[in-house]
Amino acid sequence: MSEITNQSLTELVENVKNKKLSSTDITKAFIERSEKSKELNAYITEDFTSALDKAKKFDQKPNLDLKLPGIPMAVKDLFCTKGIKTTAGSKILNNFVPTYESTVTENIWNEGAILLGKLNCDEFAMGSSNETSFFGNVQNPIDKNFVPGGSSGGSASAVAGKLTPITIGTDTGGSIRQPASFTGTVGLKPTYGSCSRYGIVAFASSLDQAGPMAQNVKDCALLQEVISSYDPKDSTSIDFERNHYSKELTNNIKGKKIGIPKEYRVDGMPKEIEELWQKGIQYVKDCGAETIDISLPHTSYALPTYYIVAPAEASSNLARYDGVKYGFRASGENLIDMYEKTRSEGFGAEVQRRIMIGTYVLSSGYYDAYYLKAQKVRNLIKNDFDEAYKKVDAILTPSTPSSAFKIGEKTNDPVSMYLNDIFTVPVNLAGLPGISIPAGHDSKGYPLGLQIIGKAFDEQNILNIAFAMEQKINFKNKIMDWWIK
Amino acid sequence: MSIDLKTIKHISKLSRISVDDKRAEKLVDDLNSIFDFIEKLNELKTDNVEPLTSVAETTLKLRPDEVKSKNIREQIIKNSPQDNEDYFVVPKVIE
Repeated sequence: MSEITNQSLTELVENVKNKKLSSTDITKAFIERSEKSKELNAYITEDFTSALDKAKKFDQKPNLDLKLPGIPMAVKDLFCTKGIKTTAGSKILNNFVPTYESTVTENIWNEGAILLGKLNCDEFAMGSSNETSFFGNVQNPIDKNFVPGGSSGGSASAVAGKLTPITIGTDTGGSIRQPASFTGTVGLKPTYGSCSRYGIVAFASSLDQAGPMAQNVKDCALLQEVISSYDPKDSTSIDFERNHYSKELTNNIKGKKIGIPKEYRVDGMPKEIEELWQKGIQYVKDCGAETIDISLPHTSYALPTYYIVAPAEASSNLARYDGVKYGFRASGENLIDMYEKTRSEGFGAEVQRRIMIGTYVLSSGYYDAYYLKAQKVRNLIKNDFDEAYKKVDAILTPSTPSSAFKIGEKTNDPVSMYLNDIFTVPVNLAGLPGISIPAGHDSKGYPLGLQIIGKAFDEQNILNIAFAMEQKINFKNKIMDWWIK
Repeated sequence: MSIDLKTIKHISKLSRISVDDKRAEKLVDDLNSIFDFIEKLNELKTDNVEPLTSVAETTLKLRPDEVKSKNIREQIIKNSPQDNEDYFVVPKVIE
């Protein structure tokens, strides 16, 4: 048997079910590795002592019928966990201890998993490099001083660095797929309405979705099966028949029609990304699928649309942080002064910037010119996909326009940071599922990802395509454990 | 279009985030570069396009109006920065 922390989720579950490993063995191993990995700064809150207690308890009376029997797991610090501090990467929530559990995490614990701790992320999930977190940068396990992507940067770093066998992130504009691409891991953003948003700290409610981040496609499918559920507590949760994604997973994608959208060939895209994309096209053909050139004509309008819709929703969602009901409070001379100082001191620069953009586009006299306009363009973007899906079953694109960049490289220029999400944002605007899988390395040896976009509720199909491609690609992450002394 | 210092001060007031002059100047630059980028949407004619408010093609479900959480006052108050056990306490509002 290989070292515990090198095993995939599927292997660990198998080994627990065959009684070759106990929950305590596994939990100890991941805690030990996490303890040695402080330099990655992947955790905001560790819950190791309690995790070990829960593991021991599980082993006394193991329920081996569960899907995640005694499996330890750290989660993004955007999911409310009862009795465990939940910060959303922000100073304003640095003292917030939820009295309730998010539905997605509840689903995970109900299948036998054990919380290891809460993972670092960009503040309120606003960022593409994990540099906006109040709790500091996260290191990418692929190389020192490189960002892991964001906003689920701690999650990506923890999976790639093997601090947790698997994790969950959230994706509003690419926050699962982009960090997955930057760290050589697999990340799925499910269809809007697939996973409950109840108990997830809200960023942009019409775009936010939780999803799994894993070492491989099968693990990803298994976790998706656990977290996706209809939930009356989320008014946009959708009641549809969910697949047993891991059981139904197949590499048979013969005859599938896969669209290649020409608009994703953007100006200034590095040659390596184009080459990777071409390789991806060859892989799906080798698997017996057919590729078809398609057009998604409004692609270049997606990012500007997103930077109206998302900040508008955020400015409204984040109005609740006023220093009264929970979270940080600054003292002020009067109520208004207290509000203004609390929000000024409690929110970081990027969050303030987005609240201000959102406030502006919703303000009197500008609503029609910006917000309404963006909602109309959003419809055009969704229509592009609807039209394309009359001809194809899925769409293949690069995940990101570059590999991981250096910490600090893009912090001074918000627009260049936003461009990271150019290939992932349209998927959120249209509410579709998208998965990023590691597909190769650039000349520096850093991972690059490909994205497969599906029809709404067609997670099984994109997981199957990803699964088939994964076997052709045979990707090996080049992680040298540089942070372990 | 361009956003000036006066506009930043106005948005700062609307969003209840106090901003000193130095930060306000930085915000003028940041927001202008972001809005330059957003202006691209004006290339598109959208007069006859319906706005998309939700991607979920279902009408929101109704549910019976039942009380499901009882006696949770303590939980609600638990995270407040300042309270007197029964109420949230804020700076004096009425003179």
